[in-house]
Amino acid sequence: MTTSTQVPSERISLLRVLGPGHVWGLGVGIVLVGEYMGWNFSVGKGGMMAALIACWVAGLLYTCVAMIDSEVTSTVAAAGGQYAQAKHIVGPLMAFNVGLFLVFAYTMLEAANAWTLGYLVQTVSGMMGVTGPDGAALTVWDKPFVVLTIMFLAWLNYRGVHTSLTFNMVIAAIAFVAVIVLFLAVQPWSNDVLKHSEMMASKDGLLPYGWLGVVASLHFGLWYYLGIEGTTQAAEEVRSPARSLPLGTMTGMITLLLAATMTWFICAGLMPWEYLGTAATPMFDAARLTGSTPLMVLLFIGTVFATLASANGCINDASRAWFSMGRDRYLPEWFGAVHPVYRTPYRSIVFLVPLAVIFACFVPLDQIITFSILSGLLGYTFMAINVMMFRSKWPLGSINRGYVHPMHPLPAIVLLLLCAVTYFAVFLGYGSQLLAMMLFYIVASLWFHFHRYKYVRRGNQFTMQWPRPHGH
Amino acid sequence: MSTFEMMEYGAWGLSAVLGLWMLFDMIRTDRSYSEDVLTSSREGEIEDKLDGAH
Repeated sequence: MTTSTQVPSERISLLRVLGPGHVWGLGVGIVLVGEYMGWNFSVGKGGMMAALIACWVAGLLYTCVAMIDSEVTSTVAAAGGQYAQAKHIVGPLMAFNVGLFLVFAYTMLEAANAWTLGYLVQTVSGMMGVTGPDGAALTVWDKPFVVLTIMFLAWLNYRGVHTSLTFNMVIAAIAFVAVIVLFLAVQPWSNDVLKHSEMMASKDGLLPYGWLGVVASLHFGLWYYLGIEGTTQAAEEVRSPARSLPLGTMTGMITLLLAATMTWFICAGLMPWEYLGTAATPMFDAARLTGSTPLMVLLFIGTVFATLASANGCINDASRAWFSMGRDRYLPEWFGAVHPVYRTPYRSIVFLVPLAVIFACFVPLDQIITFSILSGLLGYTFMAINVMMFRSKWPLGSINRGYVHPMHPLPAIVLLLLCAVTYFAVFLGYGSQLLAMMLFYIVASLWFHFHRYKYVRRGNQFTMQWPRPHGH
Repeated sequence: MSTFEMMEYGAWGLSAVLGLWMLFDMIRTDRSYSEDVLTSSREGEIEDKLDGAH
C-alpha cells in the first residue's frame, strides 16, 4: 500500500458549528453522572473524611488536567484531542496508544452508563410493584433498555454534532440544577435536615481504615471528574477552538468542583457511611430521605439525564478518536470517512455500537468501570509528560497559544505524583486488571510497531503550522 | 401483558429500527459517493459553512 495521498476535487470535513456552551455540555455531560453515582464507593473504601479528601485531591488532579489540556488543545485544534496532541508532540507509537486509551475509556464509560439506565428502569418497576398475571412480583428485564440507550444515542450522534451536543448541554444543565436544588432544599445553613455531627460522631465513620483508606478511596474519587478532558475531542468542530475550548473546559471544571463538594455535603449529612459506601444511586436516595416527592422526581430525572448525557458525550468522543486514527491510517482508512450530509464520522460511530453493547450486556460493571478508569489514568500520565515536551520543544512565544497555563511545570509534576498514587490505589483493589490491561496495551503497541505503522500517512501527520521544534 | 412487558418489546423494536436505519443509511451513502470523497477529510481544515443537516 502506498502512503501517498490523492486529493479529490470535492472535500468533506467535519462541521465547525459548536460554541463554548457545547464544549461545557460535552465535558460536564460526560462527568456529572459521577456525582449522581459511583463517587460514593470511595466512602466504602475509606470512610466519610477519606471521600472528602479524595474529592479535593482528585479535584486538584483534574484542575491540572484541565489547565494542561486547555493550553495544548487550544494550539492543536484537531479531532482526536490528546491523540492529535501526542502525534504532534511525542510520536506515532505514543499517539497510537493514546488513541486506544481514549476509545476504551469512553466506550467503557458509555457501556457503564447504559447499564445504569437499565438498572434505573428495573428500580422504577420495583418501586411501582410490577406483578405478573398470577400476582407474583416481576423483575423487568434491563437489557432492552440498555440496548435502546446505546442505539438511540448512536443514532443521535450519527445525525449531526450540533443536535447531539445541544441535547447534551440542555440535559447536563438540568442535571446540575437538580443538584443545586437538592442542596438548597436540605438547608445547608442549618442542622434541621442534615445531621453531619450524628453521621460522623464516631471515629469509625471518618477514617475507618486510616490513611491507607484515604489512598484506596482515590480510585473512586476520580469518578467525580473522570472525562472532563473529553472536551478536546470537539476541537475540529468548534467555531473558535482557541477561545471556546479553554473557556468550556475551565468553566466545566469549576462546575464539577462545585457539584462534587455539594454532593458530598448532602449525602454525608443524610446517610451513614456503611450505607453510603455501597449505595447504587446515592443522590436519588438522598432525595428520598427528604420525604419530598417533587425532589424525588427531580433527582430521578437528574439521574437519568446525567447518565444519558454521559453516554452521549462518550459516543461523541470515542468516535472522534477512532475516526482520527483511521484518517491517519493508524487504523484502516475506512474508519476515516465523514458523512456527506450529516458531516459526522458515521462509520466509526456505527462500528463502536456493538462493542458498547457487548460490554454493557455481558461484562460486570466494576470491571467495565475499572477498565475505563485505568485507560483514563494512562491518558493523564501521558498528558503530564506531553506538556513538558510541548513547552520544551515550542517555548512560550514561539507559537500562538489560545491559553497559557500558570506555574509550569508545577501542574505537570503534581499530576504525575497524583497519577502514581492513584495507580497504587487501583493496584490495591484491582491489581490483576491493572496488569492485564498493561499487557493488552503492550501487545497492541507491538502490533502497531511491527505491522500497522507501514500503512501510516507519515508525511501528513504533522498538520499544524508550527516552526521547527526548539533544538532541531 | 403488563405495561413494562410492552415497554420491553417496544425497546427491542425501537432499537432494531434505529440500528437498521443507521446500517441502511451507511450502505446507501457508501454506494452513492466514492471512497476518495468520503475519506477526503484532512486534519485541521476549517469550514465555517452551516449548510447541510446538523
